[in-house]
Amino acid sequence: MAYQWDFTPVLANAPLLAQGLLNTLKVTGTSLVFGLALGLALALLRLSSRRTFAWPAGLVIEVFRTTPPLVQLFWFFFALPLLVGIEMTAFMAAVVTFSIQSAAFFAEVFRGGIVSIERGQWDGARAIGMNHGQALRRIVLPQAVKRMIPAFMERAIELMKTTTLVATISYADLLFAANEIAQKTFRPLETFTVAALIYFVVIFAFSLVARQFERRLAVSGESTVR
Amino acid sequence: MSLLRVTGLTKRFGTNEVLRSIDLEVRQGERIAILGASGSGKSSLLRCLNFMELPTAGVIELDGQPLGRERRPGERIYRESELTQVRQRIGMVFQQFNLFPHMTAVGNVMEGLRTVRRMPKPAARIRAEAELKRVGLGDKADAYPAHLSGGQKQRVAIARALAMDPEMLLFDEPTSALDPELVGEVLGVIRNLADEGRTMLLVTHELGFAYHVATRVIFLADGTIHESGTPDEVLKNPRQERTRAFLASHKQYSL
Amino acid sequence: MKWDFTSVFANTDALLAGAAGTLRIFAICLVLGLSLGLVVGLGRYARTWWFYLPATAFVEFFRNTPVLVQILWFYFALPMLLPFEISPLMAASLGISLNSAAFSAEIYRAGIQSIDRGQWDGARALGMRWAQAMRRIVLPQAIKRMLPALTNRAIEIFKMTTLASAVAYVELLQQGKLIASLNYNPIEAYTAVAVIFLVFLWPLVQFTYVLERRLKRDE
Ligand SMILES: Nc1ncnc2c1ncn2[C@@H]1O[C@H](COP(=O)(O)OP(=O)(O)OP(=O)(O)O)[C@@H](O)[C@H]1O
Ligand SMILES: [Mg+2]
Repeated sequence: MAYQWDFTPVLANAPLLAQGLLNTLKVTGTSLVFGLALGLALALLRLSSRRTFAWPAGLVIEVFRTTPPLVQLFWFFFALPLLVGIEMTAFMAAVVTFSIQSAAFFAEVFRGGIVSIERGQWDGARAIGMNHGQALRRIVLPQAVKRMIPAFMERAIELMKTTTLVATISYADLLFAANEIAQKTFRPLETFTVAALIYFVVIFAFSLVARQFERRLAVSGESTVR
Repeated sequence: MSLLRVTGLTKRFGTNEVLRSIDLEVRQGERIAILGASGSGKSSLLRCLNFMELPTAGVIELDGQPLGRERRPGERIYRESELTQVRQRIGMVFQQFNLFPHMTAVGNVMEGLRTVRRMPKPAARIRAEAELKRVGLGDKADAYPAHLSGGQKQRVAIARALAMDPEMLLFDEPTSALDPELVGEVLGVIRNLADEGRTMLLVTHELGFAYHVATRVIFLADGTIHESGTPDEVLKNPRQERTRAFLASHKQYSL
Repeated sequence: MKWDFTSVFANTDALLAGAAGTLRIFAICLVLGLSLGLVVGLGRYARTWWFYLPATAFVEFFRNTPVLVQILWFYFALPMLLPFEISPLMAASLGISLNSAAFSAEIYRAGIQSIDRGQWDGARALGMRWAQAMRRIVLPQAIKRMLPALTNRAIEIFKMTTLASAVAYVELLQQGKLIASLNYNPIEAYTAVAVIFLVFLWPLVQFTYVLERRLKRDE
């Protein structure tokens, strides 16, 4: 017997899905902001000529790039609060985990971008009396960031996909909402299909924007190289 | 009185000794041309003078003030703030221009005034435009480096250095990366600076230009000053065999 | 707070079962993902629309949806269309394998595209057919360039296996949850799980760095 599709129960719960999507975007956006700031800090520490800075930064980056995000999330949600004696909501645990985790990846993007700037730019900046920080801020980073934009966007998209893990610690993101609705309405096929499509539409839209950016940068990059 | 005095300047990269105990004195208004084969240490010498490279040993005095302080005998340490001060007083122009591609010509020239000198934007712009006019690029203020020819880029780079009111200018092969037909416009600008009586050190392979503009010529070999004297002495009647060989191999650049 | 790992060591059996589960699903997804990826990758490179279009749609869909959503879809949604149940292992393997296939397809495609046209011409000049040229001449050279990216993919697959715990498949993280809830020792249990993953993955990550460096040096 062919399955009788029925989307009305899902549509009836559309507000729940919308709230879930909003929460997904909230976790993604917050983690992105903290992740970028922390990623830059980690990159600068790792590039430092002092081993006491470079080495711990490298360790943090490697550990967070190497271990599974879900293990990190569980650790921050279940273990850390007991360890330091604080209350941690699912949202906080998610933001902490995904900020540090994406920072580890952003750090490598920043580092790659900074070292890709030719030495002459540092020379030019220092020759007019800039100190290291000024040269970095005014000359090197503005050029590096432009080259890093595609990698950043790719990372941001990965981050949004990774945020679905918060559903496993019961934060009401889009996936969690879908799971609730599926159980309530006994319509898992329709609900999870709709949820998957929503994710696809949002993420695919971001991907298209990212690709557009990449193409434009590639074109302008060629024209400014000489 | 001497503006810059260098004693026992030594520079090593790892085990490679590039400069060996160089002594050099630069007086106000002097224009010193530095010649030497590739790898003889010309760039390293210039880069040590404004501390783009830190000397391994030796003392550099600016206006009679020794820079850095001695930590152990023969080893000096420098504060970054001291070095940024020195670099404002000693401008540098590079073979590869090193313009900032994300800023316009006038943006490049203003950058030091704004970021280092903290000059307000309108004043910095006026000053930068004046410097661009001085190098003949008054009409290119808002062009990006990507849209300038090599000769124009190098003139912007010179204006960028001049904007900081340096007491001395270092030129490291300023015309070597240029197409032959663009060399003249850059040398013309440098010549004007010479006529203003500016103090400068110039690494170049343009022997004719060195002969006419320099007050002194130094020939560098193996990281030491192999021969030094007036342009006539060094370029016309060199005493050292290696200087003669070097000049012979550069015959194509006639005096 | 004092760390006390005795309760973790007392559950070594559970952790070993978890490690076995992790390795099993990793092996399944590695083989399925990378081989299916090759087929899809060839499709992405193909000139015929009936191969190119489905391959492209596949890649776009699976790259642009989260793996966890895919796994839950296979576990909760797909059985509605099938006359049989789907086990946690099947659902998780399907999700992770298809997702990895989509990502590795792009690695294969880029690798094949990076091979100089002259290599194709040379093979064709010898009278080879397209498939022969691909198999004997192009792929062997492309594989070398793709190796770092493929090893990276393998690492990602290994990390993704933890998502199988969301459908209660017995793997390391699932066993960590179990130990934590039985012994009230989440700090030690989850730290132990994290360390075990580090032990597995650290050498693999260092190995890809070596591969990347070697490739950069050779080119
Ligand atoms: N940053 C550096 N690290 C290591 N070695 C260096 C560095 N800079 C220069 N060297 C070495 O120092 C030696 C002198 O180099 P330098 O650039 O001073 O020579 P040069 O006379 O300017 O040569 P050219 O005419 O080619 O510009 C060379 O052997 C070079 O390889
Ligand atoms: Mg040089």
